[in-house]
Amino acid sequence: MESIAQQVIFYLLAIVIVICSVLTVTTRRILRAATYLLFVLFATAGIYFMLDYTFLGAVQLAVYAGGILVLFVFSILLTSHPGERTPQASIVKRILGLILAIAGTAICTYALITYPFETIPLTGGELDVKAIGHALIGMEKFQYLLPFEAISVLLLACIIGGIMIARKR
Amino acid sequence: METPMIYYIIISTIMFFAGVYGFITRKNMLMMLISIELMLNAVDINFAVFNRYLYPDAMEGMIFTLFAIGIAAAETAIAIAIIINIFRHIRNIDAENLDDMKY
Repeated sequence: MESIAQQVIFYLLAIVIVICSVLTVTTRRILRAATYLLFVLFATAGIYFMLDYTFLGAVQLAVYAGGILVLFVFSILLTSHPGERTPQASIVKRILGLILAIAGTAICTYALITYPFETIPLTGGELDVKAIGHALIGMEKFQYLLPFEAISVLLLACIIGGIMIARKR
Repeated sequence: METPMIYYIIISTIMFFAGVYGFITRKNMLMMLISIELMLNAVDINFAVFNRYLYPDAMEGMIFTLFAIGIAAAETAIAIAIIINIFRHIRNIDAENLDDMKY
């Protein structure tokens, strides 16, 4: 019973992701594109929850859907008139993009379907946050203190760079 | 959890190539940035799915996704700062008008 519910939820998420990611790149109104991107990000968080990575899903919701999307919407409103339609790209460019996208999807899907992945039957359940915390702040093998600190320096540089670039002279 | 792994990967493939299509066809720089976000998101799904189905005892893929989300946030913030600065100078954010900045 539970597995049927999971299947239904998975297919719903899959449909939302496919339709909304195609609409994101085909709609002519830029604010709508941002809204469709929001739905894609929500469905991605749903996929993380289905994979039992609940912490990752929460981070995805907080950082992407909560933070980056707000930045996008603000900058769209600052740089364009609401309801404005962006001009269509030239027909050559659109056909080229379509061919590239369809060929890429076909080749990748073929390669992935024919490759014999050895999936391991799943054990355990949800990954607890304590394990993630120990992995992030540890110096042993398979622990990630150095990248963690590097990211913190990167974020500091990003704050300073953002202020320097965006301030008025 | 009985959903086969290949379904997840096909979804993320479609998402990635939707991003590629958008990156090629859009002129507006914000739309190009949105397409890049789609591609990044597809790659993040792949990391998590491979981790879960191929190496369920490890957590490298998940940690990598965490770091990728953090870096994506930083990158987007800087890119939007640059785009707004360009808009202040040339009142336009189309990628083909960018060479106006040279003169």
